[in-house]
Amino acid sequence: MQTFSFYSDGRLTVRLCGELDHAAASGAMYAVTEAAREYLPRTCVLDLSGLTFMDSSGIAVVLRAKRLLDRTGARLTVQGAPEQAKRVLELAGLGAMLEQQPERKEVGSI
Amino acid sequence: MKAENYIKLEFPARSVNESFARAAAAAFAAQLDPNMTELGDIKTAVSEAVTNAVVHAYPEQIGMVQLRMRILPNRELEIVVKDRGVGIPDVERARTPLYTTGGEERSGMGFTIMEGFMDRLRVRSIPGKGTTVTMRRKLSGRG
Ligand SMILES: Nc1ncnc2c1ncn2[C@@H]1O[C@H](COP(=O)(O)OP(=O)(O)OP(=O)(O)O)[C@@H](O)[C@H]1O
Ligand SMILES: [Mg+2]
Repeated sequence: MQTFSFYSDGRLTVRLCGELDHAAASGAMYAVTEAAREYLPRTCVLDLSGLTFMDSSGIAVVLRAKRLLDRTGARLTVQGAPEQAKRVLELAGLGAMLEQQPERKEVGSI
Repeated sequence: MKAENYIKLEFPARSVNESFARAAAAAFAAQLDPNMTELGDIKTAVSEAVTNAVVHAYPEQIGMVQLRMRILPNRELEIVVKDRGVGIPDVERARTPLYTTGGEERSGMGFTIMEGFMDRLRVRSIPGKGTTVTMRRKLSGRG
């Protein structure tokens, strides 16, 4: 799992890439915790568009991230979940946290 | 029931083997030409069952996990994940959504996901002897 964080104007984006499973969950959680601590954002976006797989370990990461940000009064949204991750999140009743993402233009397309 | 093809794999209950088990399951299931959703569901269900064996079955020392898969008539896939770990005292309770003994790193949704993504889920467990999870899913194919 690779993680990237990006901050601008009160809004923190943490992008998770690769497979978010039991083996990767603690690294993902660490990345979210560190970025939230450093930037103290008003809004945090978990960008899942780079995930190639997610299971219930990812549900726990989303819920822990939400609790962490709730404590500092920040809002968490989840964005860009690929179909497989979306099915898992929806089954867990977290569909409402998924934010519709505006369609992105492919880089380099004409 | 006579299986049309089958595999049997065994590996130590280590976290690194979770992705191996998913990949192996997907590769075996590919014979049935599943669509993307079906393939995702199979990988997710296998991941849940194998992760449970890794996380819950062996609190003392690492034991083995067995993954068996067979192709049954009419494009039905059977997946069995078996451990010889501590077992589950109350299976019905363990299958309840959100029930977990794993603390905040777990969500208690593993069995719920297996049940939701597969057509059938059977959990047999004997405390002190181990747990066997059997799942079946009929594949529609690309149609
Ligand atoms: N193979 C197993 N051996 C021993 N106990 C198990 C096994 N599988 C499941 N359990 C017990 O059943 C409970 C529920 O399992 P389930 O997969 O639904 O949730 P979880 O593993 O706790 O959390 P999640 O799967 O969402 O990360 C577990 O917390 C554990 O107590
Ligand atoms: Mg589980």
